[in-house]
Amino acid sequence: MQARRDQDFFWEGIDRGELLVQTCDACDTIRHPPQPRCAACGSDAWRAEPLSGEGTILAFLESVHPSRRDEEPRCVCLVELPEGIRMVSSLLDPENAANGAAVRFEITEYDGQKLPLVRTAGGGQ
Amino acid sequence: MSALTKIAEGQTAITGIGQTAYTKESGRTVMSLCAEASMKAIEDAGLERGDIDGLISFTMDTNSDHDLQSAIGLPLVRWTAKAPFGGEGAYATFQLAAAAIESGQASNVLIFRAFNERSEARFGQPNFNPKAMPRDYHRSLGLVTPGQVYAMWHKPFLDARGMTSEDLGLLVVQMRAWAANNPDAWFYGRPITLEDHQRSRWIVKPVLRLYDFCQETDGGVAFVVSRLDQARAQGQNSGRPVVRVLGAQQAWPLGESMMYNYYKPNLTYAEDTEVVAKALWEQTGLSPAEIDVSTIYDNFSPSIPISYEGYGLCKRGEVRDAIRAGELGPGGSTPVNTNGGLIGEAYLHGLNNAAECVRQMRGTSANQIEDAKIALCAGRQCGMVLARE
Repeated sequence: MQARRDQDFFWEGIDRGELLVQTCDACDTIRHPPQPRCAACGSDAWRAEPLSGEGTILAFLESVHPSRRDEEPRCVCLVELPEGIRMVSSLLDPENAANGAAVRFEITEYDGQKLPLVRTAGGGQ
Repeated sequence: MSALTKIAEGQTAITGIGQTAYTKESGRTVMSLCAEASMKAIEDAGLERGDIDGLISFTMDTNSDHDLQSAIGLPLVRWTAKAPFGGEGAYATFQLAAAAIESGQASNVLIFRAFNERSEARFGQPNFNPKAMPRDYHRSLGLVTPGQVYAMWHKPFLDARGMTSEDLGLLVVQMRAWAANNPDAWFYGRPITLEDHQRSRWIVKPVLRLYDFCQETDGGVAFVVSRLDQARAQGQNSGRPVVRVLGAQQAWPLGESMMYNYYKPNLTYAEDTEVVAKALWEQTGLSPAEIDVSTIYDNFSPSIPISYEGYGLCKRGEVRDAIRAGELGPGGSTPVNTNGGLIGEAYLHGLNNAAECVRQMRGTSANQIEDAKIALCAGRQCGMVLARE
């Protein structure tokens, strides 16, 4: 049997349109990126819970230099989630990039893969 | 949690350093570079190959201990180790070598590092094919190259200090001024102005321009670490100063990460570096004010201000003022990377900076700091203090 990877639940959730986070069954601490055990209490019992999908931009970058694997310049951002974790994402409306800007996750197909991208609250759709 | 222990008791010395030319196309195998640097280090230490019984590098070095042993003909190796991570683990090799020597596990440890990282396996190139790999929290979202990966956590620090690309430019000008006077440096004879820096092209906007990156280097560097009493006896014979390892430390607080350092509680200072620094001052009984010269691991220019504050070379929040006052460059009060650093001299993943610390303690640097007696060899998650005696 192939070993189940610790992060499979996250990407399976993305494929269903859900943004999930690991939550410790023993102490309720949430963690991202996924780990086999809770760093706070050491328990290996956990459940996947939905996140609100809200966040704010802590920092953002424009990758200017074209590279073979990442030819489209992307606006990559570090997002602080109200639940108390951070996630790296890409901004769908880079013209509105600003530190502290409110964003919402939109599960979007990019380069043939569904990914948790973000759009600013003022970015409309 | 137990208190930090004194891992290095200061009973070791760096007796030998060796390096190849630093080029962009060596035209030789990596092992031949590694072997040349190693033989030079052994010769510099005044030792024979048979005196070397320990070998260590850190991860991402492609030269195996066994191959190096064969290449230079070491009769018997009885201790080996690998320090963790890439460059952030560079000075952990000295901590481990000191522990091996002080515990009697080895007599003379050879530390080595060599690459053809420009002409062969280029370091820092994107090597991610999104269609061939499972989705990833970083690469799939656009953080592929080291420049992209590091810039994302440099940015909150720079924002908190009010630092811009111009401030990084003022810093790089100081590093390049050192390099311009170091014949071994790639940028020897090629100082730059702030305007030059600001004209260099953006790679990761608004943090890293081309001149904020370290070199891609073909080359090798090696060290011999020995017992202090042996080094002293040799020093008395040769008249050369003894370069003592006063302290060496690693620190990995939970949540800090070498590359994807986005999840620790506070993104505006380096807790890992502050723990390394505190341990070094406890081990050595010194304070930052007593450091005569430093090298700081500078794979990218923002690494310097982050570590400069982390080691207490200024108060937290004051590094921008120190850079603007030129304190890190020639004539400054806290000379940093007098070889030109990884940005100006070469990128041997931090070990060429350690070699510069040894030269400063011997009085043989191209940019010698007068009467330098204490050197800080600083990385973000490891560091060491050397003393001349």
